[in-house]
Amino acid sequence: MTRPTATAAATRAPAPAGRTLPRLLLPAGESGTAGAHLRRHGAVPYRGGPGLLIDTVEDSGLTGRGGAGFPTGRKWRAVATGKGRSVVVGNAAEGEPASAKDRTLLITNPHLVLDGLQLAAEAVGAPSATLFLDGGGGVRESVAVALTARPQDRVPITVVEARVAFLSGEESAVVDALEGGVGLPTSTPPRVFERGVGGRPTLVQNIETLAQVALIARYGPGWFRSVGTSAEPGSMLVTVTGRSRVPAVYDVAHGTALSVLVGSAGSDGGDGSLGSVGVFARQAVRHEVSAVLLGGYHGTWVSAADVPRLALTRESLGAIGASPGAGVVVALPASICGLVESARVLRFLAEASAGQCGPCLNGLPRIALTFGALSAGTATSSALDDLARWSGLVVGRGACHHPDGSMRFLRSALTVFADEVDVHLTGRCSTPGGVTVLPTPAPRAGRAWPARRAARS
Amino acid sequence: MNEVLRVDRIACTGHGVCAELLPERVQLDEWGYPLVSSEPVPADLVKHARRAVSDCPALALRLVPSG
Amino acid sequence: MNPLWVLSRATGFVSLLLLTVIMVVGVLVTRQQQVGRLPRFVLVGLHRNAALLGVVFIALHIAAVVYDPYVSINWIDAVIPFRSSYRPLWVGLGAVSLDIIVALVVTSLLRARIPAKVWRGVHWAAYACWPIALVHGLGTGDDTTRPLGIAVDALSTVAVLLAVVWRLRTPQQPEPEVRAATLLAQLEASRPTERVTR
Repeated sequence: MTRPTATAAATRAPAPAGRTLPRLLLPAGESGTAGAHLRRHGAVPYRGGPGLLIDTVEDSGLTGRGGAGFPTGRKWRAVATGKGRSVVVGNAAEGEPASAKDRTLLITNPHLVLDGLQLAAEAVGAPSATLFLDGGGGVRESVAVALTARPQDRVPITVVEARVAFLSGEESAVVDALEGGVGLPTSTPPRVFERGVGGRPTLVQNIETLAQVALIARYGPGWFRSVGTSAEPGSMLVTVTGRSRVPAVYDVAHGTALSVLVGSAGSDGGDGSLGSVGVFARQAVRHEVSAVLLGGYHGTWVSAADVPRLALTRESLGAIGASPGAGVVVALPASICGLVESARVLRFLAEASAGQCGPCLNGLPRIALTFGALSAGTATSSALDDLARWSGLVVGRGACHHPDGSMRFLRSALTVFADEVDVHLTGRCSTPGGVTVLPTPAPRAGRAWPARRAARS
Repeated sequence: MNEVLRVDRIACTGHGVCAELLPERVQLDEWGYPLVSSEPVPADLVKHARRAVSDCPALALRLVPSG
Repeated sequence: MNPLWVLSRATGFVSLLLLTVIMVVGVLVTRQQQVGRLPRFVLVGLHRNAALLGVVFIALHIAAVVYDPYVSINWIDAVIPFRSSYRPLWVGLGAVSLDIIVALVVTSLLRARIPAKVWRGVHWAAYACWPIALVHGLGTGDDTTRPLGIAVDALSTVAVLLAVVWRLRTPQQPEPEVRAATLLAQLEASRPTERVTR
């Protein structure tokens, strides 16, 4: 249902005809420079005042692409109507090790993100905007070049580099970093959309969502809804990793069959779309892949047997307790032990804890160690009981959702790899083993996090 | 008005005073951190709940309207 | 023997003893130290009640001094330091110490309503308040060299010094540097794992 926009948008290029995907990524051979972007999509379609774009965003049904999937229009409205002058932050602090979509977007198509940031700032009435990012891997340079090529921007953009860590992108951690803190989650309420940076209503929006807005503002909610499902319209970026262990980012419609995504793992489509590439036979999927990790390290394992009947929607995945999350899809080769991989992730999650809340600080390392013993075949008979008890003690008892997400991952591992758990309890393992497929970067050496509590006495 | 107890998980360092003063609603886990019931505090316990809130050395406990 | 003078000295010494109790118990509370099997709320309560009792004794102390005809000290000299005509420096230190105590008590009564940083910042001033009160007592009395005076002053000083040194040497709970990675390493060191057999 489209309502007419309040003011005429700036000169728009016509809606991209023909292939509707990829939308955020560029087809092979196309350039992401300012000039190419201008020819492709036209100038930033400012609406001329605050609030005017919000209806359009709501009508499109766009939801956040940072993992939580909150309706974007509603979030914008909450910030715009909050007390005080709004603050806008584009969040590209991609702390999820298995995700590469945000950095890919900023390197290949930064202007779409920056357009979205302009539009968001205008819509919620923010006089300036911040781009909060992990600058490594060429992102810093790509963004710097893009910004110098945008003299027409109405909203000044400041780039702030994030400390690279799993929790860096959590919205209260982002606000904390921008206020000069250490960049760890803080206690809520109030939520940042009510009181964030400087006590003002703050929009912390994943940059992929902003890029989607940049297109919706030009081509309309109807165009956005032309792919995907009616309940979950549009497309999303997914990072698919598999046998090749090289993550590939694809731009896919909501509702895409999971077996198509998993089947593409290990092959590079080259043009950012799945198209006809990588549609493997369901049989092949089952023999080569034993399980799939969906969403990220706060996501869930799904067994290969379930993959054929699943699609990339909250509805389909929700039925088995999973979610698209931040678009991470990792296919676990059948030759690798799921418990060993999960143990490495749990250790990473324990080390990623901010260490601010007693239950998380105490529970996650103990869980990681016990699960590690389980994966090594040296677990004691009380291991499963200990894991269940500790898991119950950490969920909901931290300032942020790190313990909750970590326990979701743990429970899915114990469920999907239940048979393997029994084998490991006898001290053996069914799989031959191989090179690990899930990246688990070590925490930075030394005092990575200046202790917030050192300020207390 | 229904009130519930809420813990500021970052401020809480596990003093345990709350569990001593309001055992009907607060227990300590195996690491000394409070397990607080999410049920509204009944009228006869409100006075004790307020004392637990004011006696927390870390100011980590609050009594807030439920919902 | 001037009874008001005796009262002022007596209430002064009691106030110092109460301040000493407040300091020592305060250190125990902040370091989450349990004393025997005494419930922790007892220490919290003791700290608060000693403070409230201390206010009472200090009020009596000031009243005695003000109404004492042999020294010219007004009510205002109790809050604004160094104005009195009798031993302005030493009496003035008492006023400084009172000002700090008023700030401590007021911020503590309003603790839930003011920012935590403000309460904490003011509370640090307690470490200045105690020695100032001690020196005030040493400078204003004629009995500091008498056995009882020496005993009270010495005992209080030893107690507070021990408490401060103990606080500096005892780690905060939980230690700020204990991030999960450190805890993982500690837990691993305490429980070695064997090699996996397939």
